[in-house]
Amino acid sequence: MSTSLRNNGAALLSLLAAALLVAGFALAFFWAPEAQGDPAFRIFYLHVPVALTAYAAFGWGGWKALRLLWTREARYDLESYVAIHMGVIFGLLALVTGSVWARYTWGVWWTWDERQLVLFLVLFLFYSAYFMLRFSTPAGPRRARTSAVYALFGVALIPVSFLAIRLAERYIHPVVLTRDPKIENEMLVSFFVCLAGMLLLAAALYLVELAGKRADARLRELRELLA
Amino acid sequence: MIRARGVGRTFGEKRVLARVDLDVGAGDLLLVTGPNGAGKTTLLRLLAGLIVPTSGELDVAVDRARIGFLAHEPLVYRELTPLENLELYGRLYRVRERRERIGMLFERFGLWDARHEQTAALSRGMLQRLALCRTLLHDSELLLFDEPFTALDAAGAELLLDELAADAARAIVVASHEPGRLGDRPTSRLSLAPA
Amino acid sequence: MTAYLSDVVALTRKDLLVELRSRDTVPAMLLFVVGGLVVFHFALADDSSRLASAGMLWIALLFTALLALVRSFVAERDEAVIDGLLLAPCDRSAIWLGKTLSVFAFLALAELVALPAFALFYEPVTWELVAGVALANIGIAAVGTLLGAMAAAARARELLLPLLFMPLAIPLIVGGVGATLAEDPARYLGFLALYDLIFAILSWASFEYVVTE
Repeated sequence: MSTSLRNNGAALLSLLAAALLVAGFALAFFWAPEAQGDPAFRIFYLHVPVALTAYAAFGWGGWKALRLLWTREARYDLESYVAIHMGVIFGLLALVTGSVWARYTWGVWWTWDERQLVLFLVLFLFYSAYFMLRFSTPAGPRRARTSAVYALFGVALIPVSFLAIRLAERYIHPVVLTRDPKIENEMLVSFFVCLAGMLLLAAALYLVELAGKRADARLRELRELLA
Repeated sequence: MIRARGVGRTFGEKRVLARVDLDVGAGDLLLVTGPNGAGKTTLLRLLAGLIVPTSGELDVAVDRARIGFLAHEPLVYRELTPLENLELYGRLYRVRERRERIGMLFERFGLWDARHEQTAALSRGMLQRLALCRTLLHDSELLLFDEPFTALDAAGAELLLDELAADAARAIVVASHEPGRLGDRPTSRLSLAPA
Repeated sequence: MTAYLSDVVALTRKDLLVELRSRDTVPAMLLFVVGGLVVFHFALADDSSRLASAGMLWIALLFTALLALVRSFVAERDEAVIDGLLLAPCDRSAIWLGKTLSVFAFLALAELVALPAFALFYEPVTWELVAGVALANIGIAAVGTLLGAMAAAARARELLLPLLFMPLAIPLIVGGVGATLAEDPARYLGFLALYDLIFAILSWASFEYVVTE
């Protein structure tokens, strides 16, 4: 893929993403009705798309990891790494927005009752360790393969952790804080527009970071050849 | 048996081996020379299949089970006896008539009396002889020796040189910074320089 | 198939023998787990629930396991002895299985001491707890061995291994504590078995990618 096409691709995606996000939030604030019983519900249009995008990023990273192990082609290492980087960024955002939402709904900055939030905390820990792993291992085919295996473990951990969190509730303490808003159709439509926008934003960022890292690698290669 | 074209290996940022070409066939004895840091050990590890090249093409048409590698380290467990060590390797390499073969090697290399001692208690020279036994335990088509003369006394060196005798069925690669030891046994030479 | 199993047996024997001769790991584990249980007594408030002491037991077991795991690759790592195993024609996953079995054995030995100590210091040990411990052992040994191989290639490996392991240990803790305390321990034991199945297979299959250069 030529440089200009790659650049154009990312630019196009970001434009589309911006358009969708603006449209989505406009719909959410002006068209969709207020949610009963949940004054801070509008954060939902930000928090859930961010969270789902994080999952998608981790999944994409896992897919690229699988491709690396399957084909042993070095380029998948960078693609997997950047995807997981995106996942961690969006995951952090999910934790922050989730925390803010909890503050506005129940008055606390953190609650163990919110399963999604706890799951994100666990995943955040896991994928932060991914970066520690990469940081401590010398670069090369072994680091690529090890990171890929760890990324796949992360994907397997998502459902298992969720199950664990649900099971833990039963003996830790009964869930006290809940939210139970009525979802109307208009809200769903707005939500999906926001979700699409968020996914495209992540894709655009992914392409930009990937291109940047590839350029770095090329530069290093060229320097080495000259040396 | 071995074909290398433009083989190179970097570790992180550091390039250790660059653009190596070689051909080795049955009956060959290749001597690899060069100063410390030239990449001799890395080359042998590439040939043994322990690491893969980061550039170039390397084709070693020998099954893992038929490669013997005398590495830089003796690759034996210090807490086990020489006999237990070779029993383990014998099992893993599916050596036939394991007991007899181990006994024969121990006798030849003077380790028979020490076979029940803790490997950690062996002297460096004896350790190297044990490593040699480990290398020669199974039938090999390709033998790789990384600085084999280190720590060996005159008698040990003699025994080693006997092993390096020409064998039309085997290929041997020896890395050494004392090329004189091998006399004119080598059929080809490769000189490495630090990359 | 029988060749594979005989490789595994040879490798497990090797790990057990090495530990028997060096006596590095198991005595330290025994001391550590009992010491942990004693320390926890001073960390628990007077009106602590059963949950707290059960939780403490599981934390003690987890950290003791980390001790064993960090040590499990020491011999091979220190003098690159693992190269000898990697050169051999045996399947890499057999190396994983051999190590996992020996780590499981060390953990079991530590628990043979830890559980009676727990019963003495805190409260009686139920069969559900024992079952939970046995199942969690499998998961810890399986995943820990794989992560140990990952960490072995890195700097600061003793720090890295616990970091990598903690998030993966959370489901095991949940399963174990739940089996000890909940009204329906079978559900938690089943969950532990599920974890073991998924992650043991993953570890078994991916070991070769992680241990070779």
